[in-house]
Amino acid sequence: MKKAQNEMKLIFPSLSENERLARVAVGGFISTKNPRLDELNELKTAVSEAVTNCIVHAYRDTVGLIELTAKLTEDGVYIKIRDRGCGIEDVKKAMEPLFTTLPDEERSGLGFSVMESFTDSVTVKSKKGSGTTVVMMKKLRSRI
Amino acid sequence: MAVYITDSGDGILTAKITGEIDHHSARWLRADIDTAIQDRSPNRLILDFSGVSFMDSSGVGLVMGRYKNMKERGGSVELKNMPDYIEKVMTLAGMDRLLGGR
Repeated sequence: MKKAQNEMKLIFPSLSENERLARVAVGGFISTKNPRLDELNELKTAVSEAVTNCIVHAYRDTVGLIELTAKLTEDGVYIKIRDRGCGIEDVKKAMEPLFTTLPDEERSGLGFSVMESFTDSVTVKSKKGSGTTVVMMKKLRSRI
Repeated sequence: MAVYITDSGDGILTAKITGEIDHHSARWLRADIDTAIQDRSPNRLILDFSGVSFMDSSGVGLVMGRYKNMKERGGSVELKNMPDYIEKVMTLAGMDRLLGGR
């Protein structure tokens, strides 16, 4: 990754009202790059998916802290979303489109598919019992 | 976030959703729309997205759930006025076939 020109860190509890906080914060953070509207919407959606996963799955019956790190480089944005929740037993399976452990709660199983479609790369590291880290990179084509 | 329900009296119920659809807001939208379906028993449900400013995959779950609910009653669902990037999320789920008028 190229040298960061700007960075931020946000730590917040896994409450569903903070899904909006996380994506709006990232939207504001990248606004200095003057991103295109579609890129902004895509990134906000990908962040919303990752944070929702922490709330719905990682800290399912509890409330824990979610750590969001964002860095702007010369050509794009780096986002890291980390939780210390239950972890994912089978990351490959979890990333399959439409796979969900919670169909009764109307979870579509598309979270990782959206992250993959709306960013340039997604890396997931998880350990059962100690948490999950999702790293996403997205190139930004400035309008000017 | 709010949903405005219009019953045109010919079995068509329109739910115009406004604001942001995420996991947090979806549960309220779901309750409001399902209550209207229960009360009015429509043949066709139109979900109008013209007032939606943000949607993640929780919106796909919301549509899938209402589709299932309407299908069980012998009815159908149409999605209307969907912004381009929201349509992209729907397409990932194969739900774009429900797209009707823009």
